[in-house]
Amino acid sequence: MGLNAAQTAPGQGSRVLSSLSPNWLTTKLDFLVNWARTSSLWPMPFGTACCAIEFMATAASRFDLARFGMERMAFSPRQSDVLICAGRLPFKLAPVIRRIYDQMTQPKWVISMGACASTGGIFDNYAMVQGIDTVVPVDVYVPGCPPRPEGLLYGILLLHKKIRGETMVDGSLRQERPLDATGLRLPPEVVDELSEPFGNSIHQTRSA
Amino acid sequence: MSKRTVEFELATPGLDARGRPARTPLGVSAGAAVAAAPAEAEPDLGGDHLLLNIGPQHPATHGVLRLVVELDGEVVVRCIPHVGYLHSGFEKLGEYRHYNQIIPLTDRTDYLSPMSNNVGLALAVEKLMGIEVTERCKVLRVIACEMSRIISHLVWMGTTGIDIGAFTPFLWMFYERERIYNLQEAWTGARLTTSLARVGGMMADVPDGFVDGLRAFCRNFPTTLVEVDRVLTRNAIWCARTQGIGALTAEEAINHSLSGPMLRASGVPYDVRKDRPYLDYETYDFEVPVGEHGDVYDRYLVRFEELVQSTRILEQALDRLPDGPLNVDDPRVILPPKTAAMTDMEAMIFHFKQVMEGVPAPVGEAYFPIENGKGELGYYFVSDGTAKPVRWRIRPPSFINLSALSKMAEGGLLADLIAINASVDIVMGEVDR
Amino acid sequence: MNPSVEALRRQFGPTIGRAWVSCGDTIVHVDAGRITDVLRWLKETPGQQYDYLVDLTAVEYRDPERPLEVVYELFSLERRVPLRVKAELSKDRLEIDSAVPIWAGADWLEREVYDMFGVTFRGHPDLRRILMWETYAEGHPLRKDFPLRGRFSRAEQVRQALGANPEAHYSMEELSIADAYHELPEDMRQRLARGERAVIAEPERERAGE
Repeated sequence: MGLNAAQTAPGQGSRVLSSLSPNWLTTKLDFLVNWARTSSLWPMPFGTACCAIEFMATAASRFDLARFGMERMAFSPRQSDVLICAGRLPFKLAPVIRRIYDQMTQPKWVISMGACASTGGIFDNYAMVQGIDTVVPVDVYVPGCPPRPEGLLYGILLLHKKIRGETMVDGSLRQERPLDATGLRLPPEVVDELSEPFGNSIHQTRSA
Repeated sequence: MSKRTVEFELATPGLDARGRPARTPLGVSAGAAVAAAPAEAEPDLGGDHLLLNIGPQHPATHGVLRLVVELDGEVVVRCIPHVGYLHSGFEKLGEYRHYNQIIPLTDRTDYLSPMSNNVGLALAVEKLMGIEVTERCKVLRVIACEMSRIISHLVWMGTTGIDIGAFTPFLWMFYERERIYNLQEAWTGARLTTSLARVGGMMADVPDGFVDGLRAFCRNFPTTLVEVDRVLTRNAIWCARTQGIGALTAEEAINHSLSGPMLRASGVPYDVRKDRPYLDYETYDFEVPVGEHGDVYDRYLVRFEELVQSTRILEQALDRLPDGPLNVDDPRVILPPKTAAMTDMEAMIFHFKQVMEGVPAPVGEAYFPIENGKGELGYYFVSDGTAKPVRWRIRPPSFINLSALSKMAEGGLLADLIAINASVDIVMGEVDR
Repeated sequence: MNPSVEALRRQFGPTIGRAWVSCGDTIVHVDAGRITDVLRWLKETPGQQYDYLVDLTAVEYRDPERPLEVVYELFSLERRVPLRVKAELSKDRLEIDSAVPIWAGADWLEREVYDMFGVTFRGHPDLRRILMWETYAEGHPLRKDFPLRGRFSRAEQVRQALGANPEAHYSMEELSIADAYHELPEDMRQRLARGERAVIAEPERERAGE
C-alpha cells in the first residue's frame, strides 16, 4: 500500500494499518514477512574506497555472501533492499548517496561499513563527511578500518536481527523522511555535534 | 500427396516498407483519450546526440568515477571524466602528521596494493633524511612490493574480466588474493591496511612460516595463471573486445605522462625498477614486458607477464633473504625494541621523543619514485626542518593515466569505453587522494 | 649538480635563478614569466631531451614571506636523468603560463594545482576545479591559511554539499563551448575559469519520497 506523503504525516501509519492493533495474526504475518526479507536482502553496494575491496572479498568465494541470499548485487537502487556504504564519503559524493537512498524503494535499510562511513574515520578534514548518518539514516554501523569480512557478516546478521524485530503495525518504520526545508536531515546542532572531533583527533591538528 | 499452397506474409510485423514503425492510431471507442490521428511519420532521431551520465555510482567504473559521455548512437563522440568524488584531503592531512604517522595514510590511497605504498613512503622519507636501511630490510621490502604488484594485477584482471563479461576469473583471482592476504595478515596483522614500513625499517620481522607460505604460493600461483591464460588469451570474445581498442602510440603515451603497463604496452620500455633502480632491483634477474600496439589487449598481456615476472622476483628474493638486523641501528629515528624501552631509561626517552615529537627531517626536499602496479608512484616531500612535512605530494599514476581516457575513448563504441576504462587500471583512492 | 643547469644558464642567462642540490636531486629556479620557453627548450633540445613530465605541483611554505612555488619534475627517458624546475609566484599574483601545449599530461595536473592552490594557468584549455566540486566556496584547500577542517561549520558544509546538483554536468551548450574555447572572448573565458556554468533548470517536483 503506497504511502503518499500528502496523505500521511510523519509518525502515523497509513489509515488502514493504524486501525490494526497488534494481534496473533499480525505477529504471524510479521514473522513470515520478516523471514522473507532477511533471507534475501539484496545489497546496493555503494563502494567507494578500501572497505569496498573487503566487501568484494566478502562476496567472493572464501566468505561468500551467497549463503545469506545476498549475492545478487543490485546496482540499481530501485531493485535493492540494503544500501551498504562501504568506504569514505567525501562532501562531493554526499548528494549522490542521498539521491541513491531516495531512489531506493521501501523497505530499505542502510549499513554503514567501516570507520569512515560511520564517523569520518581518520579523515577529520575539509573534504570528508563525518559519518553518513548526517546524510542518510543508518541502521547498523560496522566498525573497522576496514572491517574484516567476518565483521561485515556480523553486521549483516545484526541487521537480520533488527529486521526480525520489526512489525507491520508500526507504519513509521517504512516512512520516507526526505530532507527538511533547510536541506539537512538532522538539525544543524545535531550535525555539528555528530561531527565533533573526539579522541586523538582533537590534538592532531597542529601543523608543526 | 496433394500439394498445398501456403502464403506467408514476408513483411516484418509492425514496420512499414521503409523500415519505420507502423503506428496504429488509438481507437476512440471508449470515448476517452486520443483522437485518431493519421499515422504520422516518426520524428527523425538520427541527428541528435545523447548525453549519458555514467557514475559516480556504477559497477563498471572501478570506483566513484563519473563519465559524461556524448553519444551518437553507440559511438562515443566526447567523453569527459569527472573525478574528485573520493577526494579525502590526504596531502593536507600529511602536513599535520609526523613522518611515521603518514604511513597509515598511504595504505588508503592505493588500497589494492598497500604494502608498496608504505614502502615507497618510507623510501622517500629515508632519502630526505639520508638514512640507509639494512640488507634484510631491503629484501623484505622487495618482497612486499612484489606481493603488492601481484595483488594489484589480480584485482585488475578479475574486474576487467567482469567488465568484458568473463566472471569466473574474478573468483579465481580473489582466491589467490586471499592467499596473499593470509600472508599479509600474518606479517602485519591486517589484511588490507598494512602500515608495513617505518622510516628506517619495518614494523616487524616476518613470522615463522611466512617464507614457507610464500614459497608455496609461488609454486602454486602459476597453475592459476595457466588457467586464466587458457580461458582468456586466445578467447575469441576476449580478443574481439580488446584488440585494437583504445590504442595509443608511444609518442602520445609519453606526452600524456603515462606510466606503468599503460606506457609499456605502447612500446616505451620505461620501468622505474630498471631505469631508476631502488632496493637493489638491478641485482635481480627479471624482464620487463613491453607491448607493441598500445591497445587493451597489449595491456592485458603486459600485466599478465608482469605477474609471471613478479613471481620470479619473489623466488629470488626468498632465496637471498639474509639474516641480520631488520631496522637501522639508530634509536633517534626508529623506535627501540619494546622490551628495551620498558627496561632501559635511554631507550624509553628515545621512544618518548619519537612518539611525542616525531623525528625531524633536515631542511630540503626529495622526490622518490617507485614502480607500483599502476605505474610510477612518487612521493615528493618538502621539509623545513620540523617533524611534519611542509608539503607531501603523491605523484598519482592512476590520476595521470586516467587523464588520457578521453583521447582513447573518443571515436569508439560505448562498450569499448568500458573496456578502455578497465584497462587504465585506476584506483580512485589514488586518483582523488 | 645536473649539467643541464649550466646549459640553461648559457642559453637563458638571467632568467635562470639559483640552482641547488637536495638529497641528490638538482633543483633549478626559473623566472615565472619565461617558464614555457625554458620547458620547451628542455624538452626539445638534443642533449637535454626532458621529454617526460613526471609531475607538476605547487608548494607553499609555512613562512608567509616565501613565495609560492610551482614545481615541474622532469625526466629524460633517453638519458635517464631527472631535473626539477621551479617557478616562484608572489601570492598576490598567482598566474603562470600553462604547460599543456608542451605536454598533454599537464592538463589535469594544472587543474589540480588550480583547485588546491588557486594558481591560474594562462592558456589552459579547460581550467576548472577537478577534485572539489566546481562551485566549492570555501577556498583553495592546500593553502596554508586554509584550516584543516575547512572554513564553514560542519552543518554548513553538509548543507552545501547536499545542495549541489549531482547531475550538474556539461550540457550540450557547454560541450560546444569547450570545443570553441580558443575563439571565446576573454571575459567569457574568465567566467568559465572561475567555474561559472549555465544553471540547468531542475524540473519542479516535490522532494518528498520520490
